[in-house]
Amino acid sequence: MARSRDPNFPPYFYEAYRSTVRRSPRQPLIAVPHTLSEITGPGPVVSSADGEDNDLTQNLGAEGEAIGERIIVTGRVLDDDGNPVPNTLVEIWQANAAGRYRHRIDQHHAPLDPNFLGFGHCRTDEQGNYQFTTVKPGAYPWENHANAWRPAHIHFSLFGSSWVSRLVTQMYFPGDPLHELDPIFNAVPTDAARDRLIGKYAHDVTKSGWALGYRFDIILRGPEGTPFEPPVPSRTAKR
Amino acid sequence: MTGRGLTPPQTVGPFFHGGMLQRPLNVMVAPETKGDRVRIEGHVYDGDHAPVSDAVVEFWQANAVGRYRHPADQRSMPLDQSFAGFGRTGTDEAGAFWFETIRPGPVPFPGGGTQAPHINVAVFARGLLHHLPTRLYFEDDPAVRDDPVLRTVPEVRRATLLAKRIAGGKPVYRFDIVLQGDGETVFFLI
Repeated sequence: MARSRDPNFPPYFYEAYRSTVRRSPRQPLIAVPHTLSEITGPGPVVSSADGEDNDLTQNLGAEGEAIGERIIVTGRVLDDDGNPVPNTLVEIWQANAAGRYRHRIDQHHAPLDPNFLGFGHCRTDEQGNYQFTTVKPGAYPWENHANAWRPAHIHFSLFGSSWVSRLVTQMYFPGDPLHELDPIFNAVPTDAARDRLIGKYAHDVTKSGWALGYRFDIILRGPEGTPFEPPVPSRTAKR
Repeated sequence: MTGRGLTPPQTVGPFFHGGMLQRPLNVMVAPETKGDRVRIEGHVYDGDHAPVSDAVVEFWQANAVGRYRHPADQRSMPLDQSFAGFGRTGTDEAGAFWFETIRPGPVPFPGGGTQAPHINVAVFARGLLHHLPTRLYFEDDPAVRDDPVLRTVPEVRRATLLAKRIAGGKPVYRFDIVLQGDGETVFFLI
């Protein structure tokens, strides 16, 4: 079958991101046609489950509010034909404002926030809109290379409408000087595609006296998604 | 193609447990679920055959008669109200995971063929910049010999997709996922 990976997607093996070295497959992936197994998927069943949990500033169940710069992150989930993906589950997780995850293996010497859990979920509405209230996550050090710091980011997980729509990604924040130093971000091979991972400051989302707004739209493969021909125009294929 | 580019994937990283596994879903069956119970046990290994203790494994499968709970499957065979077909769990320190589910029914293949019963599997982990799709088939099912997807896989690698029955009374199958190197699991471009 002639199907290629999207040329804007990161490769599995990207040496600068050290964890890929022993975890990326060495054999080529084998293309399969889209059968009922691929055009169905768990999106509808997981999205029918339970209620909203989209305010991370106060979803730990403690009395107080999370410390940090309060933000609203909103956007639309669309398929690659531009149609909204309605009523679909969006899961997020993130570090607190000091750059610390509430997770047993996070040893970063930064404080936990007794009022911040760091994860939540919601469902898109009929137009594909989702919205979270949270605090801006901090950057944090990691062991990939000398003096390595992850730029501030929020992890996103979406199922979309089919097995081929499944997406786990990260939203970054505009103007972060750590972008150019981060191998996970830079594994995405093109400027245009990296730019799609950066939430945009949105003054129309910003609420006066309350929270800064960011817009982050997410484009998922549709059920019949990418055509069976290689999607690379010939001029870029020559590189 | 439209002008809209897809949002690129990124790794789940090591801190996904709250976000993705607040409620692990590795018991996919209820007492009233129809079908033959199977327990799937496996490990995820890296290229040094070291356990991957921070992976997420997802299952998506048809019910006992081969029907998917999804609007794109409009065939007339019955849905099972007690079976969604989705499972999700994390690996432990030994890289191990397990699911309690049922053996799915066969599903059609475009052009009139039939696919052997299989479970669609997705693997996520730190170090995987994009998740890895694969499939689990049952080694003791004669239908695997004629499966149109397995036939596109080089013969020497097909065994990586076959869950093997572990000796004993209960139907327990072993399905290890090797991300790289000797015995590397076949992953699919979907």
